[in-house]
Amino acid sequence: MSLIEFFSRNGRELSTLTLEHLFLVAVSTGIAILIGVPLGILLTRKPGLSKPVLGFANIMQTVPSLALFGFLIPLNIYFFHVKILGGIGARTAIVALVLYALLPIIRNTFTGISNVDPAIRDAGRGMGMTDRQLLFQVELPLALGVIIAGVRVATVICVGTATIAAAIDAGGLGRYIFRGLRANDNTLILAGALPAALIALGADLALGWLERVLQAGRGMRAPSKKVFATGALALVLAIAAGYFLVGKSASAIAVGSKDFTEQAILGEIVAQAIEGNTDLQVARRFDLGGNLAHEALAAGEIDVYVEYTGTALLAILKSRPLTDPKEVLRRVKDEYARRFKLEWTEPLGFNNTFAILVRGDDARRLKLKTITDAARVSAQWRAGFGQDFMSRADGYPGFAQTYGFHFQEIREMDLSLTYRALAEKQVDLIAGNSTDGLIPRYKLAQLEDDRRYFPPYDAVPVARQDTLGKHPEVRRVLERLGGILTVEEMRQLNYAVDGDKRAPRDVARDFLKRKGMIS
Amino acid sequence: MRPVQLRNSMTEASSAIEFRDVSFVLPGGRTLLADLNLEVREGETLVLLGRSGSGKTTTMKLINRLIDPSAGEVQVEGKRTVDWDPIRLRRRIGYVIQEVGLFPHLTVEENIGVVPRLENWPAERIRERSRALLALVGLDADRFAARFPRELSGGQRQRVGVARALAAEPPVILLDEPFGALDPITRREIQHEFKTLQQELKKTMVFVTHDIAEAFVLGTRVALLKDGRLILLDEPRALLRSPHPEARAFAECFTDAQNSGSHA
Repeated sequence: MSLIEFFSRNGRELSTLTLEHLFLVAVSTGIAILIGVPLGILLTRKPGLSKPVLGFANIMQTVPSLALFGFLIPLNIYFFHVKILGGIGARTAIVALVLYALLPIIRNTFTGISNVDPAIRDAGRGMGMTDRQLLFQVELPLALGVIIAGVRVATVICVGTATIAAAIDAGGLGRYIFRGLRANDNTLILAGALPAALIALGADLALGWLERVLQAGRGMRAPSKKVFATGALALVLAIAAGYFLVGKSASAIAVGSKDFTEQAILGEIVAQAIEGNTDLQVARRFDLGGNLAHEALAAGEIDVYVEYTGTALLAILKSRPLTDPKEVLRRVKDEYARRFKLEWTEPLGFNNTFAILVRGDDARRLKLKTITDAARVSAQWRAGFGQDFMSRADGYPGFAQTYGFHFQEIREMDLSLTYRALAEKQVDLIAGNSTDGLIPRYKLAQLEDDRRYFPPYDAVPVARQDTLGKHPEVRRVLERLGGILTVEEMRQLNYAVDGDKRAPRDVARDFLKRKGMIS
Repeated sequence: MRPVQLRNSMTEASSAIEFRDVSFVLPGGRTLLADLNLEVREGETLVLLGRSGSGKTTTMKLINRLIDPSAGEVQVEGKRTVDWDPIRLRRRIGYVIQEVGLFPHLTVEENIGVVPRLENWPAERIRERSRALLALVGLDADRFAARFPRELSGGQRQRVGVARALAAEPPVILLDEPFGALDPITRREIQHEFKTLQQELKKTMVFVTHDIAEAFVLGTRVALLKDGRLILLDEPRALLRSPHPEARAFAECFTDAQNSGSHA
């Protein structure tokens, strides 16, 4: 699909995401100005503070944005019963963006004022201006061009960083970029990146023009105190309103999902099942990267999402790998109830574990059924593994040892590329995901884990205990979802989205109708 | 006025500004001014003459309390500067510095109106005052009021600077090398105009310069400074008769210039 075709088909979504993006940037830059300019002024009055403050702002800029988001989500800070910080969504994203935007604004305010000709400052003081009068009537007007230059840099930083905010459900053009990255779809990536670049360029040009006008000095007046105060107050109110409106929805149940195709489908299945069988409103907080979905659930930002038993055991509880599915489920159930007050409901029925895959015709020709069969004939084989599999506790080293593999060569590459590499005979064995839609598409065969090396990754909706207590109808819906999906069905659903480019929402609706869960 | 100050004003009724054993030492220990005793009489123009670094500007900044003395005391209108509210003190003292002192982001009219505006004069009165002052310093208000400083010549800027210092009718005016950056011809013109203005206004003025000719044109008395010390305080003519080497050095400049015919 060409980019123009994509835009014409998705015009409404594009404009929503663009507006979300502009909102994030405008609010963040606004707050950064309200904090950064006074702070920059303070530094010119107390030069001793300039090193620690600028140092802090400098360090904030070097913190990777995903790490900063992860750090902010578990926070739970209230101001008169109104949550002001923490959790997923636009608010946390705005806090992070403000931290990134502060440095250029503080620094330029500080240098702009410090660089005012000392003779001019002396003239003002000598004429009997108080410090405040000197600041508002002389220093700020003369430094305004430099301060605007700082705002310009901050804005461009915000436009760029706001794309990452999609990882914590803050919306914006980053959604397209993340979706595109996961689906290996360049059109989608461009659909997010191009408008974001245009916004950055537009903001840069507009503020650059303002900067030139102000630096030329012509027509620049110290705004009267009234105008100044009114402007500042309006800015504060608008930002406060925006900040607290964000994420305030009346809906009773928030369904989350992680940031890959299968999770988007499962999130839709859970959400639509609740919508179709209860009177509750459902909010979707999808595409949460890394462990953010778990943190959002624990923090009460969402009420339910689908987790995998093995992931909970290894990545959340940091336990040793275990291989008995029942034992694993029992462990995570107990630990989650005890540590997080979260409940594991009924397993959906499929196991999304590592799938050791070979080409279908190889399997037939060599009569391969189990991984042990493959280990016997693999002396001349090349293997292709994702970076993840090479490094994790239940990954390659234990796998090779358990089955006694000695490959001729191991290629480490992006997981999504290993399937094609296998189909095109560049490698002979890969470790994929058992539910991947590409397995039937490329006619691959999954070998049985006969020595039970891989932990089970059974998909199970995990919900907050208090939510289930308050809404027993939700518990009943989740129980009805138990055993609803086989591995083959999950592969088909995944392929319908990744291969046929259908929307997860539609795929989930068709599936639930077929199963008689909704009408 | 409080009684304790009344004593001062009775014994020295005619002094507008007085320095008593004043020293000024930088935090690093360098002495910029040592044991200065000096009196500026009401209505006179005292010229502070000296080379660069002799302490002229430091002396001036002590008067409007841009700096405080390290030792001794400075009195303005019989009251120690450290007892003055610095803001009130400065608004009673006009201040002209080299041409950079005009605010580049304000028009000529706004520059002149700065102190009246700080004093909350009504807008109409500020406007009238600005235009009257422009006329006084020889600038056509209709042509110049709305211009920005960078649209003026050096001489015009200096005239605006003087007008600005006069705006709130301060009894004392400080001028720190106000004509230093002008070409010699403009400089002579403006000196003579200023002389006329001075005779009209009869203000107390302290005028810093390193140009002895200027001291002769404008000074009622001259204070010669060298390395932070006062060497001579007398009427300008006395400078030519002084045996002190620094006075003779300045006197030679003056007579050289006259003999070569460049000065009338």
